Amino acid sequence: MKPVYRFDGFIFASLIAGLILTIVPLPDAINAWRPAWPAMLVLYWTLHKPERFGLLGAWLVGIAMDTLTGTLLGQHALALMVIAFINLKLHLRIRVFPKGQQALAILMLVLVYEFLLFWVDGVAGFTTSGIARWLPVLSSAALWLPVAALLKGAMVLARRA
Amino acid sequence: MAGLKPTDVLPGRGPALGTRLFLLLACSILLMVLDSREDYLQYIHSKLNIVVYPIQAAVDLPFALADWVSTSLASRRQLLAENRDLRRQQLRSDASVQKMIAIEAENARLRALMDTAALMTDRTMVTEIMAIDLNPYRRLLTINKGSSAGAYRGQALVDAFGIVGQISDLGPLSSQVLLISDPEHAVPVEVNRNGLRTIAVGTGDAQILNLPFLPNNADIRLGDLLVTSGLGGVFPAGYPVAEVNQIEVNPSQPFAHVEAAPAAELDKVRELLLIWPGGVQDR
Repeated sequence: MKPVYRFDGFIFASLIAGLILTIVPLPDAINAWRPAWPAMLVLYWTLHKPERFGLLGAWLVGIAMDTLTGTLLGQHALALMVIAFINLKLHLRIRVFPKGQQALAILMLVLVYEFLLFWVDGVAGFTTSGIARWLPVLSSAALWLPVAALLKGAMVLARRA
Repeated sequence: MAGLKPTDVLPGRGPALGTRLFLLLACSILLMVLDSREDYLQYIHSKLNIVVYPIQAAVDLPFALADWVSTSLASRRQLLAENRDLRRQQLRSDASVQKMIAIEAENARLRALMDTAALMTDRTMVTEIMAIDLNPYRRLLTINKGSSAGAYRGQALVDAFGIVGQISDLGPLSSQVLLISDPEHAVPVEVNRNGLRTIAVGTGDAQILNLPFLPNNADIRLGDLLVTSGLGGVFPAGYPVAEVNQIEVNPSQPFAHVEAAPAAELDKVRELLLIWPGGVQDR
């Protein structure tokens, strides 16, 4: 019996869903607000299942992101891995934060993620656009609690099944 | 959680967290440095493309399905009307092609007189754009053709009106296309009226190309058509690129500020043509 492996498929499915949501076409009006889904999922799993999902997982998600969105290979990988690292260092604390404070911590981590992407773009000489770049930080933080609740509910269901 | 060993719950299995961070950081930076220098990672890119293709296909599927449903449920009257329109359009294109044939023959004769190689016609293949949103800070598209259809990196794409872009990342079944409106993209062009050569650079806006290297006294006018010059070897010569729609001359600046609107409908197209210059490839 290997009870710890039970959620691996679930984690994998959620990450695939996150990648799909990243490239699904959205109307231009809300496109800039598209949350950083993979970053949120990486943060969620490093927060709640650090024994099953760690740096390498985050890095591989990042490589998939880079391939899907046509960025420099390693750019998203680097950013996701770094926030996964910070989160792994702090997960015992962040996990017991009150809900609102947790969303704030996530806001800071997604900000670090977006900043790393921005930084790499700058170093690589790509044009870095203005304020629209930072909107996903706000939308990710705003959607953190609903997404966390959804994933938790789904995990409870998966455990019962 | 029966059967759980203490080592299973601790995040620090294998090398320490810091060591892993360092290794993966080094990997990422190495990859990015290699990737920013042209062709080193082509092989890895095309392999990764296969891995993520199912995700792209999954996203594209509902849109392709909606397309299919709307065509199969279109009423007979709609189809008839569309058919009639297409027939008229065909007639009109046929008429202009007739003239083209005569002009082409004349051109070939003149070129023979001048002892230069005749222009060859380019082979094309229709490709569809997959309904996928990519990096919002670049101008990229994904198309549903790749190396298995004979496409190659740097291949030019056109729509019904002009040059759209080139293949920047080739996979076996799908490829990424860099549009001419991408801020990192530049097309060598010439003014159709007088053969003045320059370069059209993307701005990130689908409606505006920038022509940064024209001196203040350059012979360029509003409405001038810019066509590919064929220099640089990526785009075959003679395809429309853009029409000049803004010229500002400021004597204190060394260069004129010239903008042009792309001829291709960069933000509306659904189908594109891949071009093999000179008909090298036939598929």
